[in-house]
Amino acid sequence: MYNSNTGRTLYRVIRTGTTIVALGLAVSAYAAGDPIKIGVIGEESAVAGASITKAAQLAADEINAHGGVDGRPIQIIAYDDHSSASDGVRAFQRAASQDKVVAVIGSYISEVALAMEPWSARLKMPFITPGAASNDISKQVHDDYDHYKYTFHGWMTSAFIAQSICDFSHDILVGQFKMKTTVVMSEDAAWTKPLDERFLECLPKAGLTVLDHIRFNPDTTDFTPIYNQIESKHPDTITTGISHVGVQPTVQWHDQQVPIPLTGQSSQATTTSFWKDTNGATEGVITASAAAPGVAITPKTVPFVDAYTKQFGVSPAYCGFTSYDLVYILADAIRRNKGATDPDKMVDALEKTDYTGTIGRWQFYGRSDQFTHALKYGPGYITGINLQWQDGKQVAIWPKALANGTVKFPSFIKLQQASAN
Amino acid sequence: MVWLQILIDGFAISSLYALGAIGFTLIFGVSGVLNLAHGGVMLVAALMGWLLAGEAGLGTWLGTLLGVLAGMVAAYITYLMVVRPIQRSAAIPREEKEIFVLTGTLLWGIMIQQGMAYLFTDNPVTMRPLFAGVVTIAGVRTPLNEVMIAVVCWVVIGLLWFFVNRTRAGKALLAASMNPRGLTLLGFELSRVYLLAWTLYGVLAGVAGVLLASFLGVSSNNTGQLTASAFSIVVLGGLGSVSGSLMAAYVVGYLETITAYLIAPTLRPLPALVLLVLVVYLRPQGFLGRR
Repeated sequence: MYNSNTGRTLYRVIRTGTTIVALGLAVSAYAAGDPIKIGVIGEESAVAGASITKAAQLAADEINAHGGVDGRPIQIIAYDDHSSASDGVRAFQRAASQDKVVAVIGSYISEVALAMEPWSARLKMPFITPGAASNDISKQVHDDYDHYKYTFHGWMTSAFIAQSICDFSHDILVGQFKMKTTVVMSEDAAWTKPLDERFLECLPKAGLTVLDHIRFNPDTTDFTPIYNQIESKHPDTITTGISHVGVQPTVQWHDQQVPIPLTGQSSQATTTSFWKDTNGATEGVITASAAAPGVAITPKTVPFVDAYTKQFGVSPAYCGFTSYDLVYILADAIRRNKGATDPDKMVDALEKTDYTGTIGRWQFYGRSDQFTHALKYGPGYITGINLQWQDGKQVAIWPKALANGTVKFPSFIKLQQASAN
Repeated sequence: MVWLQILIDGFAISSLYALGAIGFTLIFGVSGVLNLAHGGVMLVAALMGWLLAGEAGLGTWLGTLLGVLAGMVAAYITYLMVVRPIQRSAAIPREEKEIFVLTGTLLWGIMIQQGMAYLFTDNPVTMRPLFAGVVTIAGVRTPLNEVMIAVVCWVVIGLLWFFVNRTRAGKALLAASMNPRGLTLLGFELSRVYLLAWTLYGVLAGVAGVLLASFLGVSSNNTGQLTASAFSIVVLGGLGSVSGSLMAAYVVGYLETITAYLIAPTLRPLPALVLLVLVVYLRPQGFLGRR
């Protein structure tokens, strides 16, 4: 319901009412068990960031409905960091010192997650980000394990996101559409630095020569000059790295009929509300994501999407999937610890995670790996998928085993193929 | 080719800037108010237009119209609930009123921004183009909407010119900007003239808001930027001078577009700000200012 907003105020009133009633019920139902508190820091006014708290609450409700963790209910304490690092740190401190949570799930923005990470170390508070991507998050754990070991990286690192997109480009864009060239177009942010680094390395290996590399300010409102610059290079595709922006580059690409496909990572396009947000201009856009509606990566994927969509009116963004899985993973760790929640024991248990969630099989890399505590990438673990917007729906197009459709481009896209090369 | 592209793109964005800034300068000229909630008024129009056109399913044209109306309402509220009470307050010394109006509208602008972010999130919204499709002008693929936005801007500016110069009410407005006291002596109710100015302002800011929403998209995060760009255009052109603002809008629009195309999109707003600093130093009254 991010943007539908006649209903939004009403929705808020209903939600507040529901929360009050639910709290009342919760108190009466779980009076016996001591609740396990998990702090969840989201970004309520952002398309992707709003998924974090919602999905976590959904997971907690489900766990509690099935008897909680050995009789103890999970209590989600939600915070909003307003996409700001200082607000994020304040929320983190409050969660640790005042609300006495046992772990924090927080933020999909690398700058914010990186600001929380030292506090996780200082306060010895287990911390998992469900959506930030910067390689530095797990690199810090690797470089100073004893200090930083409380941080886990619950989403693919930028390097793996780029790798996943390169693998897709190799299989589909090069393999099927015989594309040969691309331009990398990324917003200037912490997560895109390692992303672009890997793009420049792996796209040529995948068969796409990178003709130009454009990094733009996330405050950009007019993308015409950027598209103009790209068009003058005549690439076969555009490989994006965008998350803070999304609506404007997409709508302008569509309205100006830029004849080059948009592929890569467009985080806002991972949620179904993006169709409405762009008035359908996202038709034909391809993005990497954690999962897509109707695609059963594991038996848990579809039931989660259905439950989430039923409750909140839109499908979860990629960090909703991870946030949901992470609540289960934390519950699982506490269960394996026989209820113990002290930080070092939590870290030990989390390191032994082997859990099949909504987006695949979760394990974290060990101490000796360069991405310590990042989730394992690759076939058999988590690879992410690539999806394309077609007629108002997200269709999975890669990897082949999970695809439920084939790539189709809007009519204004001019595939250059053999003619241009 | 790239120059032609700059010419076309620059024209559309400059026309939009002109429309936004003219209302801003009009209010200053007539009533001496610098309305720092300007971006907020544009934002309300844009978001309401988007909401009614898309979410409420009224269609683009009706949504646009109602969006403009919402801009008008926001302008009225700004005047009647923020500006006028300060102007009429006996508790505020006369010489401090301007600074109070400035602070009051600034705060009101922030309130609008936060309120809109709460209701609509701070994600950018874009209205469906009023005119879909693209046309090719001398080899440059241009969205038809972009062309029509420039046309609509100039039609509205033309209507404003006609109103101010050719109608009795408009002439009263002009007179108020020159000598409000003389106007009251001639038996005109000054408060009515002010209300008229704010009405016109609401329409201008409203149209600029909805057009911006259908051109580049608008987010509540842009509120400050919208005010700042109108403010710098108006200062550049000369406070209170409509033709100065028009000229400045095109200077700023083209400077930005040229920078974005030929240097880097990231540096877009920079040269215009440097120019502003230079003008404030060397010609503080602006291009066509009276003082």
